[in-house]
Amino acid sequence: MTRDPRKAPRYPRRAGRFAVRAISLAAALGLWQLLTSQDIDLWLRFSQFPTVTDVAHAFTDRLSGPDYWTDLTDSLTRIITGFLLAAVLGVATGVLVARSRLAEDLLGPVLEVIRPIPAIALVPVAILLFPSNEQGIVFITFTAAYFPVLVSTRHAVRALTPVWEEAVLTMGGGRWRILGSVVLPGALPGIFGGLSVGIGVSWICVISAEMISGQYGVGYRTWQDYTVVNYPGVFVGMVTIGVLGWLTSTAVELLGRRLTRWLPRTSYVPAGRPSAPRPPVPAPPAHVSEAPASKAEEARDEHLV
Amino acid sequence: MSTSSETRTAPPTENAGAAPAPPTVRGTRLTLAGAELGRPSSPVVSGVDLDVAPGEILTVVGSSGCGKSTLLRTLAGLLPPLSGEVTQDGRPLTGPSADRALVFQEDALLPWRTLRANVELPLAIQGLPRSQRRAQAETWLDHVGLADRMQQLPHRVSGGQRQRAQLARALAARPRAVLMDEPFGALDAQTRAGMQDLLVDVLHGTGATVVFVTHDVDEALFLGDRVALLGSGRLTAVRDVPHPRDRSAHDDPARVALRREVLTSLGT
Repeated sequence: MTRDPRKAPRYPRRAGRFAVRAISLAAALGLWQLLTSQDIDLWLRFSQFPTVTDVAHAFTDRLSGPDYWTDLTDSLTRIITGFLLAAVLGVATGVLVARSRLAEDLLGPVLEVIRPIPAIALVPVAILLFPSNEQGIVFITFTAAYFPVLVSTRHAVRALTPVWEEAVLTMGGGRWRILGSVVLPGALPGIFGGLSVGIGVSWICVISAEMISGQYGVGYRTWQDYTVVNYPGVFVGMVTIGVLGWLTSTAVELLGRRLTRWLPRTSYVPAGRPSAPRPPVPAPPAHVSEAPASKAEEARDEHLV
Repeated sequence: MSTSSETRTAPPTENAGAAPAPPTVRGTRLTLAGAELGRPSSPVVSGVDLDVAPGEILTVVGSSGCGKSTLLRTLAGLLPPLSGEVTQDGRPLTGPSADRALVFQEDALLPWRTLRANVELPLAIQGLPRSQRRAQAETWLDHVGLADRMQQLPHRVSGGQRQRAQLARALAARPRAVLMDEPFGALDAQTRAGMQDLLVDVLHGTGATVVFVTHDVDEALFLGDRVALLGSGRLTAVRDVPHPRDRSAHDDPARVALRREVLTSLGT
């Protein structure tokens, strides 16, 4: 694609933005390496801190051992189970509470009393309730994500435009048709807001729960390393949590964006310039006659993730 | 809605070449007798006696807030009357039904469905298989001039095109009554005139009863066989329109007199 140089955007597009992100990450690592390798002790003390290379060595050691992958899959299984349960039950109760006055009266007070309790404070409850630690950890992960999903679903369902429902009613649609054709698709943007928050809180809680009561799992391993004063090991755990958390929330984000592509988007791009006009599209085959026009109109998705 | 299915004829022809002949459906008689309308906390209109004959186009004019939408929602079955009787062909309304389609002023298209998928929705509710409802939806969209916009999402087309799609969606269900709540209220004058012509064109021969609410007197006189005046909480008059659907008849004395009467009753 050739571009008129005068019209080249000042801020680079996709590839450039990925480069900026990579540089930002590299700069943070470089600063960490610099502060720790020079044993800088200002007010913050970096002399005891493992360097990036220490952590990298510990990481490669871990990767070759069997425990790392067991920890990883254990933590992932726990969070995926808990999060999926929370997604399904959170959306279900959210819709129920928003659509039915009886459900709101029956469930509302109980839910509102439980909601402020931090999921991690439910560890004693989990220990009492569940026969195994494993189920307790999944329970805590579930509780963490459940309430954000529930609350955003409830709000999204209540905020639906009433004429959508009236339109389906006057087409002869019943309760299930309204649920499937209006309520769920219409609430999806809000639901994904809750899922994004939920996956983040889930990670916090699965790691904390593993630290307290786990056997295997990234949180358990990190705490073990701390108790035997293996600081590079602790950092390996933290990096692992960070990367896994990032990957899972990105997955949720991308899925959400994929499912809510119908949302109207502004063509305004903050601090950006209009993209250079595309070269004329070669005469389109007849069966896709309208596609090029609609794509040219489409505002570009400016979020990388 | 089941009452009407046997009276409906075949779907619009599926060959895109010839303009599909609008299917004829038997219109329906809508009657309000001594009806008080509104919500229990705020009744809006009282003592409404109105009889809409099968196949006629009745326009309802009134200033905003006078209860036009309330009247329409009651006829749609979305709002039960507070007292009095509201009947369709002599039977009291029990709730909304596909037999009485409602066209809204604001965007009532589902924004996550393409125009075609929106028009397919009432057909899906009626249980048509996918290929049939797709073909019928495309025929209707073609009929309202949206053949090249079928795959677009509602927010990607103009307001006039959205209202065309709403019209197609309402008619695709083959209702015996079409209730229209200021459907062209948000459109500019030129688009509006085009839409009025389209409406007449599309409705012509479908035989459906139409109740069309508007605050635009000229629109009411152009479209209506009869025009009903709604004001200060009641139905003040129902008049026959001389020369309906003829723009050139605007200087006809009877029409001018009616226009003056309507404007006076609106307080303008």
